[in-house]
Amino acid sequence: MTRTSKSRTFSGVFKWLFIGLVFLYLYLPMVILVTNSFNKSKYGHKWSGFSWKWYEKLWENDSMMQAFGHSLLIAGLAATAATLIGTLMALAIHRYKFPLKNTASSMLFVLMMSPDIVLAITFLIIFIALGIQLGFWSLLIAHITFCLPFVVITVYAQMKNMDPNVLEAAKDLGASESQMFRIIILPILAPAVLAGWLLSFTLSLDDVIISSFVTGPGFEILPIRVFSMVKVGVSPEVNALATILLVMSLTLIAVTTYLIKRQNPQ
Amino acid sequence: MNALLAHINFRKLVITLTISWLGIFVLMPHLMVVGTSFLTHDSDHFASLPLTLENYRQVLDATYAGVFWNSLVLSGITTVIALLIGYPFAYLLSRMGRVSRTVLLFMMVIPFWTNSLIRIYAIKMLLGKKGLFNTVLVSTGIVDKPLQLLYTDFAVIFGLVYILLPFMVLPLMASFDKLDQSLIEAGRDLGANAFHRFSQIILPLTMPGIVAGCLIVFLPAMGMFYVADLLGGAKSLLLGNIIKNQFLVARDWPFGSAFSVFLIVLMGALLWVYYKANQYVQKKGGMDDQNL
Repeated sequence: MTRTSKSRTFSGVFKWLFIGLVFLYLYLPMVILVTNSFNKSKYGHKWSGFSWKWYEKLWENDSMMQAFGHSLLIAGLAATAATLIGTLMALAIHRYKFPLKNTASSMLFVLMMSPDIVLAITFLIIFIALGIQLGFWSLLIAHITFCLPFVVITVYAQMKNMDPNVLEAAKDLGASESQMFRIIILPILAPAVLAGWLLSFTLSLDDVIISSFVTGPGFEILPIRVFSMVKVGVSPEVNALATILLVMSLTLIAVTTYLIKRQNPQ
Repeated sequence: MNALLAHINFRKLVITLTISWLGIFVLMPHLMVVGTSFLTHDSDHFASLPLTLENYRQVLDATYAGVFWNSLVLSGITTVIALLIGYPFAYLLSRMGRVSRTVLLFMMVIPFWTNSLIRIYAIKMLLGKKGLFNTVLVSTGIVDKPLQLLYTDFAVIFGLVYILLPFMVLPLMASFDKLDQSLIEAGRDLGANAFHRFSQIILPLTMPGIVAGCLIVFLPAMGMFYVADLLGGAKSLLLGNIIKNQFLVARDWPFGSAFSVFLIVLMGALLWVYYKANQYVQKKGGMDDQNL
């Protein structure tokens, strides 16, 4: 009996040690970013006092702030469009029968599974072929497209749980397809749609690979700007930026979680 | 009449949107990449006729074969390490209470809300000659002088595992959640020891999760050129670096496409393995696993 309980404590310690190490690995770089964003010293080898100066530098760095603005704009627009189109696609796949339906689902699967680098060149090739100038529109279309499968999956999962009798009743009462979508389906799906939007927004802000291929000289977004900065050397403004991004996303998640909880108390 | 019209229009609109968007921005460009890989390099028009197999011959050429192999090895090691960390991690998490499990999973995903490029930059600071790693190693006396960690294959793998670890853990968690605990207890009652319970029951039944996790770590790992650019040395190139170079610098689209086709074929092969692993588990009495 004592032996078992001893070996239990041992494996318990071992378990938490392992979990702790994994989290140390995941969080150490984040801690370094946030700490150094307040560090007076440029190189951050040691703590030389608290300072806001990197945030001021970031604010004064016009090209960086502009790229930040562009990124937020693309992420907001792409997430909204992807949520709209993705929800309609989920509806099409769930409710309608149409030719090429299997092809459409396979394409969504391909979109989700293809490595970013492959998607990046497919986008580059199609934009050049269609004569779409690289810049705002190419970035927006690419971002909408790579977010789509994630919206479809999230929304489709919730659609499958929907009570079909509600829609039957609506149909019997003379509701049109578009009325049913607006008045019944959409409100029921609201939490999933919101989750899809949030996921898309993050995916869009996080993307480096696809954006590097379809960006143009006229419209620079954050990852491209950051990439050229950190390639050359140390730039503590990036730390400040990372901290702002982190705080922003955490706020966004907190708000969304609150909204979903309020909508769906159970 | 009016309602009927609205019905038809809405339905038509939704279907047309679905087919045309996916057709124009997914199906067509993928076919065009395959097509381009058989064209001839043309500096004025990116690619032109005649059709040729020259690009594929070049992919297998000695100059690129080395780089190519190196890239496969880097991604392969990344996948194995992610699995070795992710598997026990997912297992431990899956056996926890609902609350601590949700909290830990959530904590694992939080770093993801920051741009991955910025996180790679943080790793650059961590591994540098004067970074935290070396400072700790030197001050504790483990090493005499700072190690050259940055700009090595080690740094690239460190960064890739860092970015991709959660993608390994999530499908594994899904597999562990579906694992029927009574099967393990039955094994115990029938006298199987811990090792046999693991190798005969747990491992085979979580195989779809393992394959799915490896799939969504290995393939993206090959493409993450910025990780190799920021953390790697001159020789630690990934397939993504080669493709990016061919498309954006050398402007040899057919050659770059040939490399991508290889990646697409590899994806198909791995998906087939995943499908087979799923079939295998269903035969073994496990449940259908839809991780992907």
